[in-house]
Amino acid sequence: MGMTITEKNMARHAGVDQVKAGQIIECQVDAILMNDITFPPALKEFRKIGKPVFDKNKIYLVPDHFTPNKDIKSAEQAKVMRDFVKEEGIMHYFEVGRMGIEHVLLPEQGLIAPGELMIGADSHTCTYGALNAFSTGVGSTDAGVAMATGKTWFKVPETIKVTLKGKLPKWVSGKDVILELIGRIGVDGARYKAIEFAGAGVASLTMADRLTICNMAIEAGGKCGVFPYDEVTKAYEEGRVRRSYTPIEADADASYCEEVTIDLDALKPVVAFPHLPENTHYVADIEEPIAIDQVIIGSCTNGRYEDLVAAAEVLKDHKVADFVRCIVIPGSQDVYNKAMQDGLIDIFLQADCAVSTPTCGPCLGGYMGIMAAGERCVSTTNRNFRGRMGHVDSEVYLASPYVAAASAIMGRIAEPKEVK
Amino acid sequence: MDYQGTIWRYGDNVDTDVIIPARYLAIADMEELATHAMEDIDTTFAQKVKPGQIMVAGKNFGCGSSREHAPAVIKASGISCIVADSFARIFFRNAINIGLSVIEIGEAVKEIKAGHEVGVDLGKGLVYDLTTGKTYQGTALPPFIQAIAKAGGLVNFAKSR
Repeated sequence: MGMTITEKNMARHAGVDQVKAGQIIECQVDAILMNDITFPPALKEFRKIGKPVFDKNKIYLVPDHFTPNKDIKSAEQAKVMRDFVKEEGIMHYFEVGRMGIEHVLLPEQGLIAPGELMIGADSHTCTYGALNAFSTGVGSTDAGVAMATGKTWFKVPETIKVTLKGKLPKWVSGKDVILELIGRIGVDGARYKAIEFAGAGVASLTMADRLTICNMAIEAGGKCGVFPYDEVTKAYEEGRVRRSYTPIEADADASYCEEVTIDLDALKPVVAFPHLPENTHYVADIEEPIAIDQVIIGSCTNGRYEDLVAAAEVLKDHKVADFVRCIVIPGSQDVYNKAMQDGLIDIFLQADCAVSTPTCGPCLGGYMGIMAAGERCVSTTNRNFRGRMGHVDSEVYLASPYVAAASAIMGRIAEPKEVK
Repeated sequence: MDYQGTIWRYGDNVDTDVIIPARYLAIADMEELATHAMEDIDTTFAQKVKPGQIMVAGKNFGCGSSREHAPAVIKASGISCIVADSFARIFFRNAINIGLSVIEIGEAVKEIKAGHEVGVDLGKGLVYDLTTGKTYQGTALPPFIQAIAKAGGLVNFAKSR
């Protein structure tokens, strides 16, 4: 019987010819990712096993959540990671100054290859499906144990097939695609399932769009999101990945549990209202103006160079509205550097944005843009749960960099075409 | 019966950020962290929860982050078992891995209301509403996962292999 991309990937890493949805299997992992929040508890579990790390070249450690250290406790956590890296000679560690937000950084550094399988102690690890890899978020215990064994168990997920048709219109991006999908299937619509993207529309999506889309598979409850390997993937990986790899394509007779079609031509800018990513509306349908206090442009969802280009395109020659804070956070040091060389940072500064060094910071209510009671933020991040970005009575509206930038200028949730 | 007690009742899509707000994540001690458990949707929980009590919730419990702090603070708060319509995938896996009992009984969970007393037999996968006298069959765990749970979590399981 035919297999989906995810089934084939799992079979390959379990060393068997065939797997089917529902089966429990054990897989070799190609890499394990941890951050400053999830590493210390993983280390505790790892130490209990009493074995050395399975491969010091396959452990990726990125201090990004509360770094540059926001307080003494965060500094202690980051130090636990740094000390371990020094002791064990871990190859892939990224110090502040070379650091980026993990899911922006790892693809950019060529650390994820098509057809590979990896886990990360961060729920947005599902991002790498954009590169035709299988990747999923796990807890610290899973990561700590895998750090010793190089293996982990999975239940082979059923797969939802999402067929993309057409091409995205102007001012519409990958963020709108994934918000539209979550709005349709709900925050548990893909619970325990893989989301496989297919169709002629895939070719028109940039790698940045695909990374954004897979990043939020978890917000529909998904185990992973995955794209087919094509010319866009090949071009992205060229000069980044230095090892050989074997992409995976779905069999023509693969079996899917559900099929969804999204017509990209007809898509409009989407915004998810508080307090769930499934509460989606088209910006054009908002009747009463929704005034805002803050805008965040960045995160593992939308902190890539292309996202900053999109925001800058809207913000150029405009000013952020009075009493609105617009905070731009490039997703990695390379993104920051390129944005500076290409004049994007200048556009942001001229528009009165605050520009930060890479950090997850405000996305999860850490620091660098925490909100007071009653405040509202339009954010390019991934979650708008109650209290996520600060006070329990603050509100987060999720949107694309285009909508976020337009909203910063207008002082209310707005589309780029409204900016004169 | 493995567990028996009065319940803390919550709705659908209880996310990891309300179970333990990320603003406290620099705290590494689970007992200390547990004093903030659930506070964004229930300010009484952390003060009033008693050891052995059971949490009952709707669908997609624990959606959001992969941070193990979420099941860990619930365990540290004294809750013995969570009964839900369904769990988010990573939360479910984490709960098993750290030795917090979880059981899914589907939509019938709606019949179990705040104030009821509930019993759980994990071996049989049964949930009893002791207030109404009704019994609910939960989804059985696959043998591999039962073995992890029986070992007391993933670390013990991995050490024993």
